[in-house]
Amino acid sequence: MVISRRVVLHFPRALVDQPVIYRLVKDYNLMFNILKASVTPQEEGLLVLELSGTQENYDKGVQYLAEVGVETQPLSRDMYRNEERCTHCGACITICPTGAFTLEPRTRWVRFLDEKCIVCGLCIKSCPARAMEMAI
Amino acid sequence: MSRTIAEINEKIRRGQAVVVTAEEIIDVVKQKGITRAAQEVDVVTTGTFGPMCSSGAYLNLGHSTPRIKVGGGTAFLNDVPAYAGFAAVDIFIGATALPDNDPRNKIHPGDFNYGGGHVIEELVAGKDIMLVAVGYGTDCYPRKRIETLINIKDINEATLFDIRNAYQNYNVAVNLSDKTIYTYMGVIKPHLGNANYCSAGQLSPLLNDPYYKTTGIGTRIFLGGGIGYVAWHGTQHNPSVLRGDNGVPRRGGGTLAVIGDLKQMKPEWLRGMSFLGYGVTLMVGIGIPIPVLSEDILRHTAVTDEEIFAPIVDYSEAYPQMKPGILGEVSYAQLKSGKIAVQGKDVPTASLSSYPKAVEIAQTLKNWISKGEFLLTEAVAPLPGVESGITFKPLKERREV
Repeated sequence: MVISRRVVLHFPRALVDQPVIYRLVKDYNLMFNILKASVTPQEEGLLVLELSGTQENYDKGVQYLAEVGVETQPLSRDMYRNEERCTHCGACITICPTGAFTLEPRTRWVRFLDEKCIVCGLCIKSCPARAMEMAI
Repeated sequence: MSRTIAEINEKIRRGQAVVVTAEEIIDVVKQKGITRAAQEVDVVTTGTFGPMCSSGAYLNLGHSTPRIKVGGGTAFLNDVPAYAGFAAVDIFIGATALPDNDPRNKIHPGDFNYGGGHVIEELVAGKDIMLVAVGYGTDCYPRKRIETLINIKDINEATLFDIRNAYQNYNVAVNLSDKTIYTYMGVIKPHLGNANYCSAGQLSPLLNDPYYKTTGIGTRIFLGGGIGYVAWHGTQHNPSVLRGDNGVPRRGGGTLAVIGDLKQMKPEWLRGMSFLGYGVTLMVGIGIPIPVLSEDILRHTAVTDEEIFAPIVDYSEAYPQMKPGILGEVSYAQLKSGKIAVQGKDVPTASLSSYPKAVEIAQTLKNWISKGEFLLTEAVAPLPGVESGITFKPLKERREV
């Protein structure tokens, strides 16, 4: 069975110059799609990936990441909406590149679908109420 | 059919007034027709919750020991400058004021994380605010500097006085250029990437009373979660604007100046806002009751999003350069469908005014009136109407008298 997961990888400084993702492909036959990458020399690296493969290979791949010192966390935990600050104006809707904000047609409440979110962060400062927060 | 405000108030006191929102009245009229609806409904409530920059609050700080004359000096609230050109301890904090050390747009687009709008929100929320004020010292006001925490519950008066709120209609902002622009209408993407609008449409107060028949000076309203009043017509009030056959302005038309006691308002309905690359402001909640005094007044409250049109304006060139001309007109129904057509292209739409919150305001006002807690007022004087000939003038620059 093929599964697909969106994960956030935190690379410690020592690993930034190593081909970790190559090993995920070569040794564990995982497909990857880079959603966001931020690698600064001499600092920690951050990579948001969609990983697809068999459950067995996925588990082994994640275990490999843990062994080499890459911390992984599921993506959906990273972006959340401060419900008290959100005014449901809808300014975020056309800013989000993946359509993670949708309008409930009758009431016009704005819904945040975190499974669609790729944690690009564009909504954070585009939201006048500053209701979107990132926890990376 | 005709009715007086005194008669409506008598029904409100007895708990018998029939009150519906400007959204609900649409279906009532569809089912029953104008005549029956006007006979049955006493009051229609409206609502809007959007960013309104010409908002601010007067504060009377109280006198310290020894006394200080802040008037003519300087005053800061949480580092945000307040206007101090009044008597000794009256100051005014405006919604768009920024701390002196805010980097503004030095690195464009600036963040504008905190300013006057946020100070007002925190004051209303009952948070302590740091006041730093400097005076020049006089015989009767010897002190020259004060630094103290203040709280809304301790100061003498806190009066919200917004010189322009509740615009009758507004532009739809688009961007024809090839780079993203950062405006008071939000982030507008290049090549018609999005279209932002800002009105509650069929729920918005002045779109339901297009000729200002019942909304006038002294009208009691929902303001910032409490009770306020219409003080005057707002700045840039333009009753002479282009109107549709239904009387509804097709451009930004009338505006309101509103006033109320900040101490009884709620932070939920006065929100500090940060517009990327533009500045800070205050989101203000306003709801106005419309007494159904005639069929004509009721007909106007039944206006739908399909019948209200807004102009599409290019904010990359036409707006900043004061170039006349629009890219077309769209109805709020089209805007709310999620996309509009501009120059043959489908453009996704977004709102800056919160429709769900406007509904909540209209419902709240409806509940207050239904429970007999909120009585309607007779306007003391009307707002300038079409007959006034008032228009919206540009500034003509000149050096010679």
